[in-house]
Amino acid sequence: MTRKELGVLLLLAALCVIVAIASPQFLSVTNVQNVARLVGTYGMFSIGVGIVIITGGIDLSVGSICALLGVLLSMMLVEWGWPAAVALAAVIALGACLGAAHGLLVARLRLQPFIVTLCGLLLYRGAARYIAEDSTKGFGTGQGFEWVRTLASGNVGGVPMPFVLLCVVAGLAWVLLHRSVFGRHLFAIGHNAEAARYSGVNTRAVITWAYILSGILAAFSAIVIAFYTNSISPASHGNFYELYAIAAAVVGGCSLRGGEGSVVGIVMGAALLQVLRNLVNLLDIPGSLDFAVMGAVILIGATADQLFGRRLRRDDE
Amino acid sequence: MSAVSKQFPGVTALDGVDFHVAAGEIVGLVGENGAGKSTLMKILGGIHQADSGTIALEGVPVAMHGPADAARLGIGTIHQEREVIETLDVAGNVFLGREPRWAGPLRLVDRRRMEADTEQQLARIGAQISPRIVVRRLSPAQQQLVAIARALSMNARLLVLDEPTASLGASEAERLFAVLQDLRAGGTAIVYVSHRLKEIEALADRVVVLRDGRNAGVLHRGEITRDRLVRLMVGRAIDGGVPRQAMEARTREARLHLDRIRTRRYPLAEVSLTVNGGEVLGIAGLIGAGRSELAETICGVVPAVSGRVLLDGQPLVLDSPRDAIRAGMCLIPEDRRGRGIIAAMTVRENVTLPALGSYARLGLVKRSAETSAAQHTAAALTIKTSSIESPVATLSGGNQQKVVLGKWLALAPRVMIFDEPTQGVDIGAKAEIHRLIRRLAEDGAAVVMISSDIEEIVAESDRVAVMHEGLITGILHRSSSTPEAIMQLAIA
Repeated sequence: MTRKELGVLLLLAALCVIVAIASPQFLSVTNVQNVARLVGTYGMFSIGVGIVIITGGIDLSVGSICALLGVLLSMMLVEWGWPAAVALAAVIALGACLGAAHGLLVARLRLQPFIVTLCGLLLYRGAARYIAEDSTKGFGTGQGFEWVRTLASGNVGGVPMPFVLLCVVAGLAWVLLHRSVFGRHLFAIGHNAEAARYSGVNTRAVITWAYILSGILAAFSAIVIAFYTNSISPASHGNFYELYAIAAAVVGGCSLRGGEGSVVGIVMGAALLQVLRNLVNLLDIPGSLDFAVMGAVILIGATADQLFGRRLRRDDE
Repeated sequence: MSAVSKQFPGVTALDGVDFHVAAGEIVGLVGENGAGKSTLMKILGGIHQADSGTIALEGVPVAMHGPADAARLGIGTIHQEREVIETLDVAGNVFLGREPRWAGPLRLVDRRRMEADTEQQLARIGAQISPRIVVRRLSPAQQQLVAIARALSMNARLLVLDEPTASLGASEAERLFAVLQDLRAGGTAIVYVSHRLKEIEALADRVVVLRDGRNAGVLHRGEITRDRLVRLMVGRAIDGGVPRQAMEARTREARLHLDRIRTRRYPLAEVSLTVNGGEVLGIAGLIGAGRSELAETICGVVPAVSGRVLLDGQPLVLDSPRDAIRAGMCLIPEDRRGRGIIAAMTVRENVTLPALGSYARLGLVKRSAETSAAQHTAAALTIKTSSIESPVATLSGGNQQKVVLGKWLALAPRVMIFDEPTQGVDIGAKAEIHRLIRRLAEDGAAVVMISSDIEEIVAESDRVAVMHEGLITGILHRSSSTPEAIMQLAIA
């Protein structure tokens, strides 16, 4: 475990202890389940965005992708009566296609990732609202696709499905990032894309795949979130999710300059954010302060890392 | 400076070093990489602070807490790494932080004066560069000239130069020496750090040699010879340039053939060239002759305007460096930091990067195979590092270059192209790199070596191709390749 990961773990543990002492409710089964569900949901797309950040890019589109795919999923299942398996496959494929489009624009046409995915953020939000005619979508009683609901929002032996899914996704992502050739290329590109290219790394393909993975993971999250809320209002569904993802990645040790980060860190970063939200809830802090608390804690953490971490780092020449 | 010491975690970089330079004197500062030259310079430039010892300027002890203090005291520094801001234009770089201003409450930047002054400074070192061009568009040599112009424009009392000619061609270097001699006559104190002993011999009034962070000795003008310097630097003698046997006996086959290649830099110039397996072909020329552009075109970094590259008679399709590498053509680029190494990654991760697939199954890296391959490479190239898990950034220049070389050895390249392989590399590592170049050729590779160091070209090449403005102006065989003959063709 790296120093960064250890730092996040300590911060996370300290927060949990504080909240548990301040509010015994924190450790109740319902609350733990609830937090785990949210960590699972947010963790998945955070990993996707983290992968993109490691290449030195950014993905701002995941929130809008969640909205667009959520709306489409509801319409496929409820209004168009598609078989559930086909609908799921279509949603995931669409997520992959959107990611591929971002990747190709970034890697082939050399557009800036911020601009490409910012336009994605605007485009997909607009598309979602237009397709849904700005009306809230849901899944009604869910007849005919009960298994999907169970898969997306049920429990396995008391553990919420999204958390189980996150564990699987994180395990696969860990192998991909930290043990595979692709992962090594990803970090190499993040550190020095030119040197990677001179070393024969297919930089375009690797970058494109990073965005595709982000799109696929956003699609997974979209399915889970849609069933979790069971009501998708296209104008607000998934708002700010991209910022949660970026915050989770950065808290977890990713550098926005690229080349740094780990799956374990990102997952812990995502967990930290959810514990903070939970803290706001449990400690009767006004809900309107939700974001402010998160911002303050992240800022304190980053400052502490800079101040105390500096002593541990080598005096760089 | 007297009794200056500086410790870094784990190493003592300087241990009680005395150093002084008088007005109107050029003092050479030499030593192998890691001897403490850079640390000494950084203390002079205010970047590092000495742990103990005193620094006095004209008899007055001074304390510097940052580069700004050094600049205020009249100490100008030219670093080995070209310290320019790529996105600014030339004038902006030369006057960065001291832009001339218009009078008036807004204190707006006086662009016209800035550009005129920049032009004047550049003319002084014979550089024909427009003050308005963005620095990123300049070649490494031109960027270095901009950095030099910046230091000169400060009218420093003490000027410190670290390997200023590393990326310069012969004529630019000559011009710089003339300027330095003018400055000396005008009373400027100059510290000149270089691995190029020829330059030290030509310029220095006195040479201070450092070894392992200590004073190893001083030579005065008249006693400065290559042998004595080398002995002081390394504490032992290095046999420099034993003339090699020409390798006419070996059966050579044409391996790399360039068929009327035209590069983007010189789209009108056609280059045709054949390199045989088993030979080292040197490419000499002045800065801007199009040598690096030719190398990058052959290796798929930039597409050729027209022409074909044939390897063992087969024409290649080259859309990326990957294509070239797959065919067995590897490039060691001139810009080591930007294109050669990934500084933040470990020695292991760097050397296995191009061939990572061969240590993997189903796309997953087998760590033990990778580690043993990296260890093998590090041992074969005698890469000096505490561990192959250390970031390459912590290595000296020569060892970083060995890492770049190590990336390709596992691939057993058929064609190996070196672009300035020993730039900024200390003498010991330089000899080792030359041996490796030789060994690659002996193993049958066609080796191309681009270098601005004429001595290196003459000593290490079997044949020398000389380029001028994108064209090959002549090919000299070993028997006829003298520095004079090469320069004749280079100026052409």
